Amino acid sequence: MIAWTIYITFAGAVLLLLFPGVFARWITLLTTIAGLALGVVAFVRTPIADLAHFTTIVKVPWVPPLGMNYHLAIDGVSLTMVLVTGISAVSTVLFSWDVDHRQREFFFWLLLVVAGCYGVFLSADLFLFFAFYELVIVPKYFLIAIFGSTNKEYGAMKLTLYSFFGGMLVFAGILVVYVTAGSLDLNQLAQFHFNPQLQSWAFPVLFLGFAVLAGIWPLHTWAPTGHVAAPTAGSMLLAGIVMKLGSYAGLRVAMNVFPEGFQIWSKWIAALAVIGIVYAAAVALRQRDLKFVIGYSSVSHMGFVLVGLATANALGVSGAVLQMFSHGVIAALLFAVAGRMLYRRTHTRELDALAGMNLSGALPFAAFTFVIASAASMGIPGFSGFAAEITILIGAWKTYPIAVWIIGVGMVLTAAFTLRALVKSFFSEVRVQAGRVRTDTDWNEQSITLAEKCGACLLMFATLAVGLYPKLLLDRIMPAVEAMRFLK
Amino acid sequence: MRSPASTMSYLELLKLALPEVIVVISALVVLAIGLTGRQRTAVAGVSSAKPPTKAAGTAAAATDWCSLAAALGVGIAIAAVLMLPRNASLFSGMLVITPLTSLFKIICLVLAFFTVCLARSEKSLRHPGEYLTIILLATVGLMLLVGSEELLMIFIGLELLGLSLYVMAAFDKTDVRSAEAGLKYFLFGSTSSAFTLFGISLIYGMSGSTGLAAISEKLVAAPAQPLLATGIIMTLIGFAFKIAAAPFHLWAPDAYQGAPIPSAAFIASGSKVASFVVLGKIVLVGFGPVHGSSAWHAMAAGWSPILAALAALSILIGNLVALAQTNVRRLLAYSAVAHAGYTLLGLVAGGRDGFSATLFYATVYAITLVGAFGVVAVVRSETGGDDVKNFSGLAARAPLLAGCMAIFMFSLAGIPPLAGFFGKFYLFSAALRAGGDHGLLWLVGLALFGSFVSLYYYLIVLKAIFVDQPSASAPPRDHVSSDLLQRRAVAALAGIVLLLGIMPDILAARILAAMS
Repeated sequence: MIAWTIYITFAGAVLLLLFPGVFARWITLLTTIAGLALGVVAFVRTPIADLAHFTTIVKVPWVPPLGMNYHLAIDGVSLTMVLVTGISAVSTVLFSWDVDHRQREFFFWLLLVVAGCYGVFLSADLFLFFAFYELVIVPKYFLIAIFGSTNKEYGAMKLTLYSFFGGMLVFAGILVVYVTAGSLDLNQLAQFHFNPQLQSWAFPVLFLGFAVLAGIWPLHTWAPTGHVAAPTAGSMLLAGIVMKLGSYAGLRVAMNVFPEGFQIWSKWIAALAVIGIVYAAAVALRQRDLKFVIGYSSVSHMGFVLVGLATANALGVSGAVLQMFSHGVIAALLFAVAGRMLYRRTHTRELDALAGMNLSGALPFAAFTFVIASAASMGIPGFSGFAAEITILIGAWKTYPIAVWIIGVGMVLTAAFTLRALVKSFFSEVRVQAGRVRTDTDWNEQSITLAEKCGACLLMFATLAVGLYPKLLLDRIMPAVEAMRFLK
Repeated sequence: MRSPASTMSYLELLKLALPEVIVVISALVVLAIGLTGRQRTAVAGVSSAKPPTKAAGTAAAATDWCSLAAALGVGIAIAAVLMLPRNASLFSGMLVITPLTSLFKIICLVLAFFTVCLARSEKSLRHPGEYLTIILLATVGLMLLVGSEELLMIFIGLELLGLSLYVMAAFDKTDVRSAEAGLKYFLFGSTSSAFTLFGISLIYGMSGSTGLAAISEKLVAAPAQPLLATGIIMTLIGFAFKIAAAPFHLWAPDAYQGAPIPSAAFIASGSKVASFVVLGKIVLVGFGPVHGSSAWHAMAAGWSPILAALAALSILIGNLVALAQTNVRRLLAYSAVAHAGYTLLGLVAGGRDGFSATLFYATVYAITLVGAFGVVAVVRSETGGDDVKNFSGLAARAPLLAGCMAIFMFSLAGIPPLAGFFGKFYLFSAALRAGGDHGLLWLVGLALFGSFVSLYYYLIVLKAIFVDQPSASAPPRDHVSSDLLQRRAVAALAGIVLLLGIMPDILAARILAAMS
């Protein structure tokens, strides 16, 4: 049943092309809600025991002479990712409610990204997996290049070329896997023993390809530029789910297929990830553009995911998966506030300009949302960010105690740049202009719309629910992670 | 002395060569219709100079009849191919019928059909009857090439195809670029034909036979000799020219850019597919024993390192030079060089897997390029040019065409779920498997790098179509020409590319089955 998330979303994209433009946003909203609903139903109904293994749900021969199957499967990790995809997708549509310029096209590309993400998270056949993975790249280019803002064509091209560069490495890795093992089935490959010499060079190729999309330092520079150039919906999807494709794939494919290669290279991944956490946080501290602050914070938070994966113990990896969920929600929320709630009304994202506007008075709901999002992002207990990062740190303590100390510095920096952005944008002491925000737009647009409120509430609810009761997800993630090969 | 083959009755020959005969007959019919149509137009033009619309109307009607006759002939020929026996051979391999040759005759005929559709809408052709006749004759050349396992017959097919294509490239007498395209294509083409013929003569001298199977038997016994190597290299050079592999690609940019668009489409599609079929047969069947090895650690002399070098050079030169192009047709030409490089990978790998991967990729590539040229034709007739900037704002003017062009470009770049993606996967995996211990990883890695680079220039075209605002000189929205046939043909080709991407088994399984 969960496979229908993919079909419904593709069907929605096709429907968009067939129906006149007035229905576009409703078709998209209903499609994404249906996807989320399917995810929630599967989450509630599937017994936890069934989620411990990558259980096949659909398997149909596709190209029999080459051994390709249309093969979907699910376990706790996949289900968590499907859930966050649904949540991000629904809130993204709500925050794009007022897109008027080439509306149908916009929602078409958006649904393609979402459908591709569902596909990646559910694929159990390497060819199918890679097809979905590459499918996500193209719509991103159009979303950014057509509908973006600052320097959009440059940002879009940079992001696409980085993604495709990573895709090229992944392609090479997948070919090596396929040719050596003669199979594309992920469950079979997880049993196959590749010779260690092969693993030692094939693993870094494959993992690096995925890690480009996850924003690993020093190949992260596409992320801030792309996030800033993208329209709000693009940034939300990009930071919310697309970056997770990289880390999910690294876990599901690279680490599971080449466990010995992973053993050899894990400390290097950890080192790059730790550098990424501290470096991106330090850079974020110096940014003037609010979206750049959030873009770099995304890189920093994705560093946690990579550290978690590199710990190679159940706790750390589970924490990484939890962090993927958590950051998916929080990043979407942050970009929604910066790109949509503020920029649409003030037409600036410059922190210094925002500081003069006394926005907490003018836009109380936006201020409230941003406080929640910042708190979650800094890792205040009670929000999902804390639950995820503490799990990762405990896991990392067992493997890389020194890394934990350095990450501690990074966390202080995170708190510093988040608070700086929060204070400058909403709670500045500077009172240059009193009263409401002065903009050239229609005053009717000033109040926060219902759609925006719904979207923000959905995201805040998700981060709070998981923050207060992380067992909700961890119970499903942990057994699935423990069943993976590289832990044994 | 009567050889046993010559006792074969002419009726038998007629039966087995029926598709070719049908195409030749329809070519003659088209020529006749075209001539009578022209006479009537001329008479109408002289006798009543006042209503020129009537004369134009008669000319258009003649074009329609010619196209209809040509399309009909191609259709009947496809039906005739389907009715051929499964396996047959005449005159020791001069005319061979196997499931594989039948499949590729159909594919060549389908490509010819779509070329006829493009030609029907091409305004710059003054004598459509003659033009369509030449397309059909070129198609006969393709079918002879595909359906022969004998070097002399292959050479005759090559010449028939080549001579037709030279005329097609130079057909637009009003355009100096077309003349340039024709002349360049002719000079390079005839030189390379000379190379091929010389190579064939050397091989004949060494092996005493022109049949591929007989050559193969002789080569097993004979040790490698310099003369044989010369023969093989010369033959390969001729084919490298036909498939536009670097460094024998220099004619391609001018031919693609200057020739009338249906000619360019046919040169890029039908001619390519047939050449790859024949090249594959020659190297894998005829030269099979001197395969050599192009694996990184175990290079061994043979034709495979030569093809590997051609492939590597084509991928590098094609992709890097394409980056700098501003004209879409020229860009497609350089990308064609790169794609010839990828396609050669399957032949370098050899074996049933590699050959079928090559054929799958060549077919998909041909279909894609005919479609892409169809879009270029529409844009050219609307804006008067085919530079990248002429494409700007196409998405707003003609969303369907823009969508089709996106499908073609992404298929060429190898983005799923399009046919080009599966083709690349199939090709690269076959090459990697054949090398033994990842010996061909160097070539596959280069090809992957090439397709990474290629995404940039395909995206530049798509950026113009989807992102850029239409330039001031672009026609207003209502100026869209109402040429439905062309648009339908393009949409159908886009549909095929998408379908072959989602269900590649339709074609891949057929090719594999035809080869066993």
